[in-house]
Amino acid sequence: MIFKLNIWRQNGPDAEGFFEAHEVDASEDSSFLEMLDALNENLILAGKEPVAFDFDCREGICGSCNLVINGTPHGKHRATTTCQQYMRDYKNDKELWVEPWRATAFPVIKDLIVDRTAFDRIIQSGGYIPVRTGSACEANTLPVEKEVADKAFDAATCIGCGACVAVCPNASATLFVAAKVAHLSTLPQGQLDKERPAKLLKAMEEEGFGSCSNYRECERVCPKEIKVTNITKMNRLLYRAG
Amino acid sequence: MSEFELDSHAPKGPLQDRWKQHKFNSRVVSPANRKKYTVIVVGTGLAGASAAASLGEMGYNVKTFCFQDSPRRAHSIAAQGGINAAKNYQNDGDSVWRLFYDTIKGGDFRARESNVFRLAELSTSIIDQAVAQGVPFAREYSGYLANRSFGGAQVSRTFYARGQTGQQLLLGAYQSMSRQITAGSVTHRSRCEMQDLIMDGDRAIGIVTRDLVTGELESHLADCVVLCTGGYSNAFYLSTNAKGCNASAIWRAHKKGALFANPCFTQIHPTCIPQQGELQSKLTLMSESLRNDGRVWAPKNKADADKRPEEIAEDERDYFLERMYPSFGNLVPRDIASRAVKQVCDEGRGVGAEIDGQKLGVYLDFADAIRNQGLEAIREKYGNLFQMYQRITAEDPYQTPMRIYPAVHYTMGGLWVDYNLMTSIDGLFAGGEANFSDHGSNRLGASALMQGLADGYFILPTTVSDYLARHKPIKADQYQAQASAAIEEAQSRITRLMNAPDASVTADDFHRQLGQILWDACGMAREKHSLLAAIDKIKALRDEFWQKVKITGEAEQLNQTLERAGRVADFFELAELMCLDALDREESCGCHAREEHLTDDGEARRNDMDYSYVAAWQYSGDTSQPVLFREYLHFDFVRPSIRNYQ
Repeated sequence: MIFKLNIWRQNGPDAEGFFEAHEVDASEDSSFLEMLDALNENLILAGKEPVAFDFDCREGICGSCNLVINGTPHGKHRATTTCQQYMRDYKNDKELWVEPWRATAFPVIKDLIVDRTAFDRIIQSGGYIPVRTGSACEANTLPVEKEVADKAFDAATCIGCGACVAVCPNASATLFVAAKVAHLSTLPQGQLDKERPAKLLKAMEEEGFGSCSNYRECERVCPKEIKVTNITKMNRLLYRAG
Repeated sequence: MSEFELDSHAPKGPLQDRWKQHKFNSRVVSPANRKKYTVIVVGTGLAGASAAASLGEMGYNVKTFCFQDSPRRAHSIAAQGGINAAKNYQNDGDSVWRLFYDTIKGGDFRARESNVFRLAELSTSIIDQAVAQGVPFAREYSGYLANRSFGGAQVSRTFYARGQTGQQLLLGAYQSMSRQITAGSVTHRSRCEMQDLIMDGDRAIGIVTRDLVTGELESHLADCVVLCTGGYSNAFYLSTNAKGCNASAIWRAHKKGALFANPCFTQIHPTCIPQQGELQSKLTLMSESLRNDGRVWAPKNKADADKRPEEIAEDERDYFLERMYPSFGNLVPRDIASRAVKQVCDEGRGVGAEIDGQKLGVYLDFADAIRNQGLEAIREKYGNLFQMYQRITAEDPYQTPMRIYPAVHYTMGGLWVDYNLMTSIDGLFAGGEANFSDHGSNRLGASALMQGLADGYFILPTTVSDYLARHKPIKADQYQAQASAAIEEAQSRITRLMNAPDASVTADDFHRQLGQILWDACGMAREKHSLLAAIDKIKALRDEFWQKVKITGEAEQLNQTLERAGRVADFFELAELMCLDALDREESCGCHAREEHLTDDGEARRNDMDYSYVAAWQYSGDTSQPVLFREYLHFDFVRPSIRNYQ
C-alpha cells in the first residue's frame, strides 16, 4: 500500500515547525510505527536526519508513543495507543498527517517528541499514598469490596500518555488528574489525604494546562477508556474536603 | 584459569535465620548522617524506583536516572501475569519453604540457596507494601485478596491485577519515588543515559551520563552506585522487551571490572505472538496465565498445517504438552514448554505465517474453557490480553485459537553479585534483572516482579546502608580528575561512532543481523559447532559495524540513531560472551539446552559433578578472551534432583 505522509518536523523547542512530505510503501501487517521505522531507515541511508518520535514497549502499555494521526491523538482505531495502530486500519486513507501532541504544557523537544514531565510533577504534588517502606500492615487486614477495588483499578489503568490533553480544546489534564484521584481516593487506604484533589488540580494549573469545560473529548481518545465519571468523582471529593 | 574462588558472602547457619542474622550483623548509618551520603540509582523500573523510594525515605541523598521520558515508562510496566508470595491465603499448603523449593528447582539448581530463601521470605512483605500503596490487586467477593496458580507451581500463590500487574506495581513504586522527589531526598533525571562508571582505583564513585535532549556529557559523583537497568534480551533484536531496553550500563560496568555471570541463561517464553513479517520491530508476549485455561495443540499430521484450525477434527489434534507431561500438562515451566513447541514446529507441524520457509506457531485454544466456565468468566480473566491479541493479528481469540511461538523474554544472567547485591566492583550494586541472582538457569512465572521489588524495597536499603556505614562520605571535588577522564572516554567513543570510515549501513540493520545469529546459535538449542561458527560471525560483523555504521544528525542534540548505535555496539560484545558461556557449559540445564546433552526424549541432562557453578566472566581487555571464575554452588538444604514434570 502506498501512502502520502505529511510529517511534522521541528528542529527544537524554539525552531519553526513545518510539514514534510514523504511517500512510503507499507504492508497491512506493519504497525504504524514500523512504517515510520522503515521511513527512517531510508532517510538515514540517504544521509538525512530521521524523524524523531517517542516509543518504547510497543505493546500499548508504557504510554511513550504519542502521535496525532489525521487529527486524532493515537489515530483512528479507538481504545488503543499509537503503537497498536496497524496500516490495515488506514487502507482507505491515501494521505496521512502526523503531528505531535500540541499543548503549552507539553513543549515540543524535536519533531514529534514533546516534553511531558509536567505529568510527573503533578503526581509529585500528591498523587501517592504516603506509606513508608516497612510500615505496611498485613495485606488482608483491610478487606476491600471487590466492586470498590475494581473501580479503583479502572481508574488506575491510566498510562499517562497525554492524549486527553492533546485532544482537549483547553489542553486540560483534568482526566489524567481525576484518574489518579479516583484510583487512590476510592480505596480505603487512600482516603486519609482529603486534600489530594485540590493539590493535584493546583499543580495542573501551575503547569499551564487549562481547565475542564466538559467537552468530553478526552474520554473519546483515551487509549485505556478512562471515563469522565472519574472527573465527577474528583469534583465531589474536592468540594467535600472544604 | 584462576584458582581464586568468588566469595558470595552468604551467611552460614540455619537457612531460615540467615537473612535475620545478616541484617543484625549489618551496620547502620545514624539518621543524622544519612543525608551526607549520595547514592546513585541508574534505571527506575521496579527495582530502581523501589530502591530509590526506600533509600530516600531513610534520608539518603538519592540521584536517579532513566533514559525514558518518565520513570513510569520502564519496561517493568509490561509484566502481565502476577507476583508470587508465600502468603498461603488459599490454605493449599504453601509456605516460604515451598516457594523457596519451587524457585530453586524451577531454576534447575543453578542458584544460591541463601539468596532464593531470602527472596521467598521477603515475598510476603512485598504484597503488604504494595496493597498499602494502593496497588489494586484482584479481590474475591469477600473483599480479600485473590490468587491464581501460575506456570510451574502446584499451589495458588500468585497475586495479580488483571493482566497489568507490572503496571500497577510500577506505578506504586513510581508514586513512592515521586513522593521522595517532593520531599527533596530524591533528585531525578529523565532522558538521561549512563555512559560509563567513574572509578577511583577499584571503587565505583559515580557515573557519566549523556543528556539525551542536549547531548551533553556530565559527571555525577556519589558514595555508591546502584544499577537497576534491566536485562539484555534485546541482544537478540526481536524479543518481548521494550525497544529501548539495553545492556549498556551493565556492560560498561563489566568492562570496568564487574564480573558478568551466566550470560547464556536467557529465557525463551513459550507464549508470544508469532512473527508476521521481516520488518517486525518486536514480539509481543501473551501472559503465561493464559496457559491456566488455554490448551496448547498442533495438528497431528503435517498435511493439516495449512488448514484452518476449525477444520481440524478433535482426534487429529495433538495436545502435546498434556501428552508429554500428564501431571503438569499445559502448566510446565517455560523452558520445557518452549522446547516442546520448537520440537513440534521443527517436525513441520507448525501453523501460521511462514518465516524463512518454516511455519513457526502452535495453537493456544480456549474453546473448552469458554464452554466450561462461560464467555464472561474468560473475559473477566483475560479480556485485555484477548483484545491485545486481536489488535495485533486481526483474529478474534474468542472464536479462533490463538497462535503462539516462543520468544526471548528475560535474562537470568547479569552482573555477578554477592549476598549483599554488590558486584565485584567495590561500591557498585546491581538489583532486579540486571543482576544474576535468584533465578538460576530458568525463572518461574511471577518471580521477576517479586525479585525486583525484594531487591529494591528490602535488600538494597539494608546492604547499601551497611556499605555506606563502612565509608566516610566522599568529597566530590577530590575526584574531578577521574570524572574528566571518564567524560573524555565517553566522548571519544561517541566521536568514533559518529565517524565510521565507510558509513553506509544503519545500526538497526546490524542489530537485526546480530539477532539472527544469536537466535540461531544461542537460542532454544545450542551446539558446539554452531556456537563456534556464531562467534566468528559476530566478530566479523562487529568489525564491519565499526567500519560502516551510519549515523546522521549531530551528537550535540537529541539523536535517537546515535543512542541506538551505542547500545548495539555493546550488544555486539555481549553477544560473543553469551556464546562463549554457552560453549563452556557442557551440560543442559533450565533454559540452556546443549544438543549434545539431552536425553533421548529431548529432556535436559544436567551435569552436577562438573557444572554446579555460577560462571562469572571477567573482562580481560580483550572481548574475545574473558577470564572465567567459578562460584561453586552448595546445596545443604535441598538435594538437586532431576526436574520431572511428567
